[in-house]
Amino acid sequence: MATRWFGAPVQRNEDPRLLRGQGLYVDDIDLPGMLHAAVLRSPYAHAKIVRIDTQAASNLPGVHLVLTATDLGEVLEPSPLLIPHPALTHPRTQLPLALHEVRYVGEAVAFVVADSRYLAEDALELIDVAYEPLPVVHSLATASAPDAPLVHEDVQGNVAAHLLQSVGNPDEVLANAPHVIRETLQMERGAAMPMECRGIVARWDHYEQMLTCWISTQAPIPIRNGLAAIFHLPEHKVRVIAPDVGGGFGAKIMLFYPEEILTPFATMRLGRPVKWIEDRRENFISTNQERGQLHEVEYAFDDQGVLLAVRDVFLHDTGAYTPYGIIVPIITSCSLPGPYRLKHYASDCQALYTNKVPVSPYRGAGRPHAVFVMERIMDRIALELQMDRLEVRARNFIRPDEFPWDVGLVYQDGGPTRYDSGNYQAALDKLKLALDYDTFATRQAEARVQGRYLGLGIGYYVEGTSIGPYEGAHVRVEPDGRVFVATGVTSQGQSHQTVFAQIVADQLGIEPQAVLVATGDTQAFNWGVGTFASRAATVAGSAVHLAAVKVRKKIQALAAELFEASAEDIELAEGKVFVKGAPQRALTLGQLAIKANPLRYTYGESARTLAAMNLAAARPGPALPPERDAPGLEADGFYSPPHGSFASGVHGAIIEVDPATGMVSFIKYVAVHDCGHLINPLVVEGQVHGGVAQGIGGAFFERLVYDDTAQLLSSTFMDYLIPTAAEIPDITVEHIETPSPLNPLGMKGVGEAGVIPVAALFASALDDALSPWHIRIREMPLHPCRLHELLQEARCHKAVLPLATEKPGAPTENCH
Amino acid sequence: MKPPQFQYCAPGVLDEALGLLDQCGTDAKILAGGQSLIPLLNVRLVAPLYLVDINRVAALDYIDARENHLAVGAIVRQRSVEQSPVVRQRHPLLIEAITYIGHMQIRNRGTLAGSIVHADPAAELPALLCCLDGEIVARSSTGERIIKAEQFFTDYLTTTLDAREIVTEIRLPWLPPQAGWACIEFTRRAGDYALAGAIAVVVPTPAGTCQSARISYFGIAATPVRGYEIEQMLIGTTLDDAILQAAAHAAESLVQDDLSDIHATSTYRRALTAEATRRVLRTAWQRCQNRS
Amino acid sequence: MVTIKQTSMPALHDMCSLSLTVNGQHYERRVPARLLLSDFLRHELHLTGTHVGCEHGVCGCCTILLNGEAVRSCLMLAVQADGMDLTTIEGFASSQEPLHPIQQAFQEKHALQCGFCTPGIIVSVHALLREHPMPTEEEIRHGLSGNLCRCTGYQNIVAAVKCAAVYLADQETTHSRNENNK
Ligand SMILES: Cc1cc2nc3c(=O)[nH]c(=O)nc-3n(C[C@H](O)[C@H](O)[C@H](O)COP(=O)(O)OP(=O)(O)OC[C@H]3O[C@@H](n4cnc5c(N)ncnc54)[C@H](O)[C@@H]3O)c2cc1C
Ligand code: FES
Ligand code: FES
Repeated sequence: MATRWFGAPVQRNEDPRLLRGQGLYVDDIDLPGMLHAAVLRSPYAHAKIVRIDTQAASNLPGVHLVLTATDLGEVLEPSPLLIPHPALTHPRTQLPLALHEVRYVGEAVAFVVADSRYLAEDALELIDVAYEPLPVVHSLATASAPDAPLVHEDVQGNVAAHLLQSVGNPDEVLANAPHVIRETLQMERGAAMPMECRGIVARWDHYEQMLTCWISTQAPIPIRNGLAAIFHLPEHKVRVIAPDVGGGFGAKIMLFYPEEILTPFATMRLGRPVKWIEDRRENFISTNQERGQLHEVEYAFDDQGVLLAVRDVFLHDTGAYTPYGIIVPIITSCSLPGPYRLKHYASDCQALYTNKVPVSPYRGAGRPHAVFVMERIMDRIALELQMDRLEVRARNFIRPDEFPWDVGLVYQDGGPTRYDSGNYQAALDKLKLALDYDTFATRQAEARVQGRYLGLGIGYYVEGTSIGPYEGAHVRVEPDGRVFVATGVTSQGQSHQTVFAQIVADQLGIEPQAVLVATGDTQAFNWGVGTFASRAATVAGSAVHLAAVKVRKKIQALAAELFEASAEDIELAEGKVFVKGAPQRALTLGQLAIKANPLRYTYGESARTLAAMNLAAARPGPALPPERDAPGLEADGFYSPPHGSFASGVHGAIIEVDPATGMVSFIKYVAVHDCGHLINPLVVEGQVHGGVAQGIGGAFFERLVYDDTAQLLSSTFMDYLIPTAAEIPDITVEHIETPSPLNPLGMKGVGEAGVIPVAALFASALDDALSPWHIRIREMPLHPCRLHELLQEARCHKAVLPLATEKPGAPTENCH
Repeated sequence: MKPPQFQYCAPGVLDEALGLLDQCGTDAKILAGGQSLIPLLNVRLVAPLYLVDINRVAALDYIDARENHLAVGAIVRQRSVEQSPVVRQRHPLLIEAITYIGHMQIRNRGTLAGSIVHADPAAELPALLCCLDGEIVARSSTGERIIKAEQFFTDYLTTTLDAREIVTEIRLPWLPPQAGWACIEFTRRAGDYALAGAIAVVVPTPAGTCQSARISYFGIAATPVRGYEIEQMLIGTTLDDAILQAAAHAAESLVQDDLSDIHATSTYRRALTAEATRRVLRTAWQRCQNRS
Repeated sequence: MVTIKQTSMPALHDMCSLSLTVNGQHYERRVPARLLLSDFLRHELHLTGTHVGCEHGVCGCCTILLNGEAVRSCLMLAVQADGMDLTTIEGFASSQEPLHPIQQAFQEKHALQCGFCTPGIIVSVHALLREHPMPTEEEIRHGLSGNLCRCTGYQNIVAAVKCAAVYLADQETTHSRNENNK
């Protein structure tokens, strides 16, 4: 290969279009005759629907259709349960429109289609629904109370699932260990909040009997399959396109959101295209959320700081339904051991229903919670034994020669939680250097003299990425020389049009700019799963690589024939194909593509040049002998990993806390990251930056605050505080590359990584900064008011807090 | 999130606007910069039948440096005030307060008068107006009245303005040349409304003690709050640490008890108010020391 | 005391005419009074580069230039733009033209991922650099604070703004040199 694009900081193919404002997001699609939809949503978290009167709305001029549950016929089915699990004994999924009962504020109750969105919203105001409010479960505490109201009448104790996993003999070790601590740790909800909300445009083509949907989704192929089943259409008569998607972060992997069924239903009913665009207010109450968990953790360690056993009993807030099964708590359970040699571990999780928006993965997906718990443990061991925090971690690391390391748990993909490779100490050493760790204590002491409170925090994580089942890709060289790649995964900003192009460019000896990548169009590629679990670049990237290798082999075989040389001697470089050492006599890829099709008619300049070249004549016999298989220069590749590959990393930060106001600023932030071989460092660093920013948001700014009737109180960007450029620090990213042996390019996923350790790190840094007050952080997210409250409590107590067996202090005042 | 239906008019002359208000009464809303009103329309929290857009009343577009005060017409953008050479030169406190408001894109539309009429208790300008004992000029078809800041703000988003009145001008008194001043606020993010904030003006005697002081607060009650008691405490002192501490303590009692929201409890607001008092007075005092 | 003249009242309407210039092109339309300027640009003029992310003024995706000043198009009615001169992202560089220096800097510094926030940010950066041609880090971060980006963590955007400042300054020098040589 003349050039190696893999690993190079290549500028992105998608940028010129997006920078000019020529991206194509769902709401940019405008079809002739298109109508606009709006959804009436429940104002109650839990209520019986007594009666719905849609008459006035239907009579409003410009309104074409008003749907309630009873109008849906056989489409009124609970959405499919995506990922069943034996522990999920009481799965419940949502109807496209609520029939007798609503179970969260925002649940869809009616669907209006009108000439404009303005009119559709006018019509919503005319729909009269009589509700009979029911008791509400607004928190995990209420959900688990003995006399709790029930979210689903027939689900006792609100328990959707009870998941038990264990390795070794934690009970025995906990009973006999020299040090045992028990703590309650808590995390509350946050939201993905992509800048583009959800949306769908659906068109029914009567002549073709074909349904086309443009959806802002991370999973077009599963949606296509589902829509085909729901509407009894052959799969090839449903086309789902995820055009440019303005961020997803997991929230758009969920299916089916009700509108993804209602909009196609309406277009088929009306025979006109229908558009539904979620607005931000809806996004806050109808797009899935995550992160509510309550952990009771008990852990044992010895005098050397070696962690001996962990028993983690936790409650997971799954919201009103379980469309995505219990993937999130499974990941929490499996991620908790992290980079440490934990031989005795029991995890006991109950997923509980609450009257809140359903839960499905949001970037990090259960991992930030696990890392928060484990890293709190590591810090606590250091504190109890008066040891260095990094030293405690070092003593517990899995060593490089111990891979593959079997954690002993069943991962979210049903496979083993088996770490393929890693070098945890190396990353920690890099972090120490970058943070100038050894001098920090002095700097901290100096600052305290001036009344400034600095704190250093770290968070280590291991992330299962690149899970199966599989992805596929198609690579094709067209007669005009352009190279097309299609795959089933989508892009919401992860630069697939560039990284896949890099992979293909290396195989075909061309520049990445010459490769056109189509993602997320079921018509362009028919097979695949979707973009989640930090898997797209690696799993689909491997498939792209395998397809490109096949095309390269085809090119070499054909060129060998034409040049009367041996295939091993054929080289591909700068878009040309030639015999090694004789680049002056070369064919372009386009010319080879023409030759690869044994058709008697050829067109264009290339064809004329070909005729003039003195190439070997066609062989006698069939034009497509068995070894040529098919015409054309194209191939499919599929890749199915044996199990997930495990990326890892450690982040460290130095913060400053103002004890008078509880305000915090970041002084330095370093992320050391190991995602195996990097396809494009620019892209990887960008993913880490974005993840960290989301992590900082989730740790200190963004809070989904529900009152005790489960009404969301922070439902605008004025109250749900996504940090701006003024709050996010610069992030130094350093890389460690321990390649994964599981895929052909040695890659591991990176998409979610940045966000995972931030909450843990923030807690660690706060403890450190506020050590004069013996503060121990046991909850996330925090905010200045809460921090101030914790400080006040500590100031009142004055005395050293008794650290064992503690719960997060109940807020002294209603700060929600 | 689309506005409900309304009838719209953008008169070019004030009298026409006043006439429309007369006709429509409480069914009408005035549209100025729209940076508070349009978000409310978009979520349909307000649904006026009529919208009277005053942005085309060219006669309300002026910044006038008068003898005793700076007069700002009702459609002058916050950003125009911020960039006005005369304001930059003669009313730096106004500049300091205004640049805390939202973001450049918001201030490019939002008006000074609109912010004052909107009367968000966490907003900077109402508190500034109170601090300086400024005035609001209001017109109706029956005439003009001048309202003192003190008498203008009555409750959360509520003022003594009548539905048939239009605010035509805001008057902000000049500061004495020897005065020191500051505006300080605590926010979660750049550009957010304040969790709590304070504005102060202190005037020293030639001997270097405090001759007079003004301090007002925002974000701590249903209206902007003037700290009269604190002002009295400061007179004759040199604003040393002990006095600042006493002032901070006094400020805590100005915070409304039931003012808890998702970002701050009233206890926390009291702490911020105390801290804001210390910082705003220290900075203001330093600035007049630097001057002399 | 001013006496009020009895003038004939201007009428209130729910449909309004407007004529305006967008990216140098003149348009005349009749629109509902309540139509937001963002919707007008996107769905009437099909200038879909201006995005909508919140419709309450916070995210900045809808930022455009109104008579040269950066404003939120979701917080204006279309009729309010009557007679005005607007620039949207499409006015920075058409598909035939090379990228604008700000856009070029964004590509080089990988300052966009999903690209949804990008048009609003580029418009804001344009206004920022006009006010502060060589901005400090703090001026940049503050100047960007009216635009949310959920993908990039802002770091590369800040780098791109610094880079764009240099490109624009170079362009300025070349331009004035050429002017002088004329
Ligand atoms: C993202 C964002 C952040 C913001 N941050 C801040 C901030 O930090 N601090 C802050 O103070 N503000 C902030 N604002 C609000 C901004 O300052 C508004 O511009 C201001 O509050 C209202 O001014 P306006 O000209 O936009 O008025 P409009 O929105 O047009 O009107 C507001 C109200 O006042 C009435 N009104 C307006 N002008 C007159 C008049 N002349 N006579 C009679 N009635 C009138 C209207 O009828 C309406 O009820 C923010 C806004 C946004 C969108
Ligand atoms: S859409 Fe206008 S600011 Fe968000
Ligand atoms: S690039 Fe996706 S929001 Fe900024």
